[in-house]
Amino acid sequence: MVAILMGCFYNQPMHELSVTESILNIVLKHALANQAEKVVSISLKIGELTDLAGDCIQHYFDYLSKDTIAEGAVLNIERSPVVFQCNDCKTTFQVSLKDSGKIVCSHCGGAKVALVSGREFYIQQIEVI
Amino acid sequence: MATVRLIEIKEDILSDNRNLADEIRITLQRHKVFLLNLMASPGGGKTSLILKTISGMKDAFNIGVIEGDIDSMVDAEKVVKEGVPAVQLKTGGFCHLEASMVDMALKEMDLESLNLIIIENIGNLVCPAEFDTGAVKNVMILSVPEGDDKPLKYPLMFSICDVLIVNKIDYLSIADFDMNAVKERVLKLNPGIKIFEVSCKTGEGIEAWIQWLTDEINCYVKKDC
Repeated sequence: MVAILMGCFYNQPMHELSVTESILNIVLKHALANQAEKVVSISLKIGELTDLAGDCIQHYFDYLSKDTIAEGAVLNIERSPVVFQCNDCKTTFQVSLKDSGKIVCSHCGGAKVALVSGREFYIQQIEVI
Repeated sequence: MATVRLIEIKEDILSDNRNLADEIRITLQRHKVFLLNLMASPGGGKTSLILKTISGMKDAFNIGVIEGDIDSMVDAEKVVKEGVPAVQLKTGGFCHLEASMVDMALKEMDLESLNLIIIENIGNLVCPAEFDTGAVKNVMILSVPEGDDKPLKYPLMFSICDVLIVNKIDYLSIADFDMNAVKERVLKLNPGIKIFEVSCKTGEGIEAWIQWLTDEINCYVKKDC
C-alpha cells in the first residue's frame, strides 16, 4: 500500500508561480471589463498531461491576489483526460499514461494517432459580483 | 444582496508566452538563426553536449549560447572558453526559461553573425516543458544513470520534444537501464520523436547527432522543411 500525497511542496521553485500570475492578470482584465466588484470563483481546465499542481496554484493565487478584487476567489480545476484520435478511422479514445505498450486505435488498431486532448490549460469562466 | 454573474472567458493561460515565442520565431527566421532549446535534469550532460556540438560544428556554423541558471556563471564560462559568445540568464530561483527571458538574451546577441543559438534551459524535467521559448526545435537529454523509468515520471517533457538524446551510454554496462523499454515508453508518448544514443565522454554517437542538426539547420535556412 502506497500513500499518495499530492500537493504543493514549497521548498522547490515552481513554475506554478508564473502561471498563477498569468491567471490573475487574465481574470482581473475580464472582471474589470465587466464592472465586477468582486471575483467569487474561477474555473480552470487543465489537461492530465500538464504538470500543474492544483493546490499550488490556489496557494499562490491567494498570495498574489491580496488587495485585488480577486482576493478570496476559489479556483475550481477540471482535469481533462488524455485523448487520442485515429488518423484512419477518426475514432477518439482515452489513454492512461501509466499503461505500457504502444498507443494504437481502440477501434481499428491503427498506429497513426494524434493527441486531441490532455494539454488544455485555460480559464473557462469566472463568477463575479 | 448582490447577484453572482457568470462570465465566460475561455482564454489560454499561457497565450502571452506563446505569442511572444511565435514572434521570436518570426524574427529569427528573418535573420536565418536556428534556435535550439536543450533541456535535461541537473547533471544530465547539457553543457557537455553543447561543448561537443560546438567543437563538431563551429567550422561550419557561427554558434551562440544562452545559459539559463538559477545562479552562477560556470556553464557560460566553459562555453566562452571555446570561443563562442554566451549570454547568462540568472533566474534567481525561477525553475524554467520563458519566451520573455529568451527575448532579453537575444537582444544582447548579434543575430546577423550567428547561424545557431543553443538555449541551455534550467536543469529540470518538469517546468521547462510547459513554456515555449521560441525555439525551432526542442531537444532533451536523458542520461543512463537517471534510469529508464523517467518517461513514465515526466511524460510531458518526453511528449513535447523533437529529439531525445540518451547520454552517458558508456555507463550501460554497469547500469540497470533497459534501452528498449525507454524507446517503447517514449515512442508511445511521442511517435515522431528522434532518438540518439550518445556518450559525451567517449564521443560515441555524437556524429549522428551533429549530422541531424546540420541537416535541420540547412533545411531551415532554405525554408524547405
